[in-house]
Amino acid sequence: MAYDKFTVLKSTAVPMPIENVDTDQIIPARFLKATKREGFGDNLFRDWRYNGDDTPKQDFVLNNPIYSGKILVGGRNFGSGSSREHAAWAIYDYGFRCVVSSFFADIFKGNSINIGLLPVQVSPEFLDKIFKAIEADPKAELEVNLPEQTITIVSTGEQESFAINGYKKHNMINGYDDIDYLQAMKSEIKTFAEASLY
Amino acid sequence: MSTPKSLFDKVWDAHVVRKIEDGPDVFFIDRHFIHEVTSPVAFLGLETRGIDVLFPERTFATADHNTPTINQHLPVADPLSANQLKALETNTAKYGISHWGLGHAKNGIVHVVGPENGITQPGMTIVCGDSHTSTHGAFGAIAFGIGTSEVEMVLSSQCIMQPKPKKMRVTINGKLGAAVMPKDVTLYIISQLSAAGATGYFVEYAGDVFRNMSMEGRMTVCNMSIEMGARGGMIAPDETTFAYLKGRELAPKGEAWDKAVAYWKTLPTEEGATFDIEYNFDAADIEPQITYGTNPGLGTGISQNIPLANQVKDGEASYKKSLGYMGFAENEQIVGKSIDYVFLGSCTNGRIEDFRAFASIVKGRKKADNVTAWLVPGSHIVESQIKEEGILDILNEAGFELRQPGCSACLAMNDDKIPAGKYAVSTSNRNFEGRQGPGARTLLASPLVAAAAAVTGKVTDPRELI
Ligand code: SF4
Repeated sequence: MAYDKFTVLKSTAVPMPIENVDTDQIIPARFLKATKREGFGDNLFRDWRYNGDDTPKQDFVLNNPIYSGKILVGGRNFGSGSSREHAAWAIYDYGFRCVVSSFFADIFKGNSINIGLLPVQVSPEFLDKIFKAIEADPKAELEVNLPEQTITIVSTGEQESFAINGYKKHNMINGYDDIDYLQAMKSEIKTFAEASLY
Repeated sequence: MSTPKSLFDKVWDAHVVRKIEDGPDVFFIDRHFIHEVTSPVAFLGLETRGIDVLFPERTFATADHNTPTINQHLPVADPLSANQLKALETNTAKYGISHWGLGHAKNGIVHVVGPENGITQPGMTIVCGDSHTSTHGAFGAIAFGIGTSEVEMVLSSQCIMQPKPKKMRVTINGKLGAAVMPKDVTLYIISQLSAAGATGYFVEYAGDVFRNMSMEGRMTVCNMSIEMGARGGMIAPDETTFAYLKGRELAPKGEAWDKAVAYWKTLPTEEGATFDIEYNFDAADIEPQITYGTNPGLGTGISQNIPLANQVKDGEASYKKSLGYMGFAENEQIVGKSIDYVFLGSCTNGRIEDFRAFASIVKGRKKADNVTAWLVPGSHIVESQIKEEGILDILNEAGFELRQPGCSACLAMNDDKIPAGKYAVSTSNRNFEGRQGPGARTLLASPLVAAAAAVTGKVTDPRELI
């Protein structure tokens, strides 16, 4: 599935300073019954965002009009738990293009890159600075520069670099995905499979 | 002399089709399991791109996540669930993929049916769009969960893109105490390492405890690897592994069997192989475990009190939120807490040994009146074993009923939801907020602890009942 190319993203951010945000919170299992990739953004953080009667929970950050933007900033160990790619879809479909945390769960990180949602891992100290900047000014902007692999708090100029492997970076900048790559090496795969023991 | 290699390195290196510079490995997948929930969008992707399934014979489909556990002979009532099951049927038929759908004699939870039919074998690479795919590592396979984009990759090219994870070894020597089950061993390890303690690693479990464990027990342990963030876990294949596999339907036969066993014997980690990190624990330190919070790392020995915020690795705010959700307080005793539901089942503890253990405690006792119990076998094969071994009679006599196979209350996608605010002692793998139903409060434990809770109506140390 095609996704937006990613180069430089300058945006306000939504803060969620909670640790161990698991994929069951991001998108509860009862919303995984679709056979198409549609409408997942509506159910992003469903049980934190809405009461049982579907009225919005006023104290949840996504319901607070002060906060907006294309960057979601989460606490440590973001995206733990189930492998459901729906979690990354929900965040992407809601309108985020980047998630920042001091630590990501593996599968979530991989799923995100695969669909064009950039996971940016920063140091715990820098994460703290981001939360403080947003607390001081909800309209504080962050700039995520993928070619340079940097993230900057625009108001203070504080910057940190982040890691991403060259292959995935190239893909995200160009909007390519792994399937394009794998399709091009099918005959090599077939030869490999012929020698397989299983 | 060449450098000594680990089990993980041997299996990984044998499956790298191409190394991408400053990128992941193109990694070949021997067996691919799919189910109704994470596959439809992948098939849709194939259609959109106009590409085909490369090796349909390497993919196996079963319906489990979203299936009812009663009246499976009737049409599925929820139209969305029915639609997903239909999609799996249509997609597998279209591409010629084996499909053990609802009602099929081999149907059951993907991580239960794979091993019991001999699909899972040592030295293989196995993936599935479900994080507990790590279960299959019990056979000395590299097995892990993938996302839907990767399901599409495997269908179309039998490969995924994977950076090689780091290696961790967890060694436990000594002898386990009374009523300490494999589930307790894994909950103990996770409580020591925390829910993120193994992120970025692939774990090998070694030492007496795992060597002496049955295949069912090894599956329980490897299954839970993901709950400490690990990509997967594995245990070296040995005579226990071979004995389990021999004669299973899709296991190699005759000469092929001998050849396979000879190869499998070369797989265990060599003396002197190195790991990025190692942990050692003593079996004697492990008592029956139970969780009290909202991630699987928040667990402790059943006789202990709930820790203080400053004793756990989670931040104080997250910890307090977690206890608040559970309705618990720091330093409270866990034993004696009243419970409402018991769930025996899931790919973690839905195998025959788990039912034997559960039955050993409820035998001659009665289900507590305040408890609703859902006993859900992992597959039809497990279900038949339960009947053949007379376990069903023991259960019925004690006031329990058996449901039909499926994931059930493990993720509560079907009707098996724990109501808001209720407490469930559950043998499944996740105690996240709402995992077993919106507002549900989950205490993860072994089948013995679950049985003790089911007959006493509260959290009870199973050592008092054996
Ligand atoms: S039982 Fe639970 S963890 Fe296992 S496959 Fe089903 S949903 Fe996943």
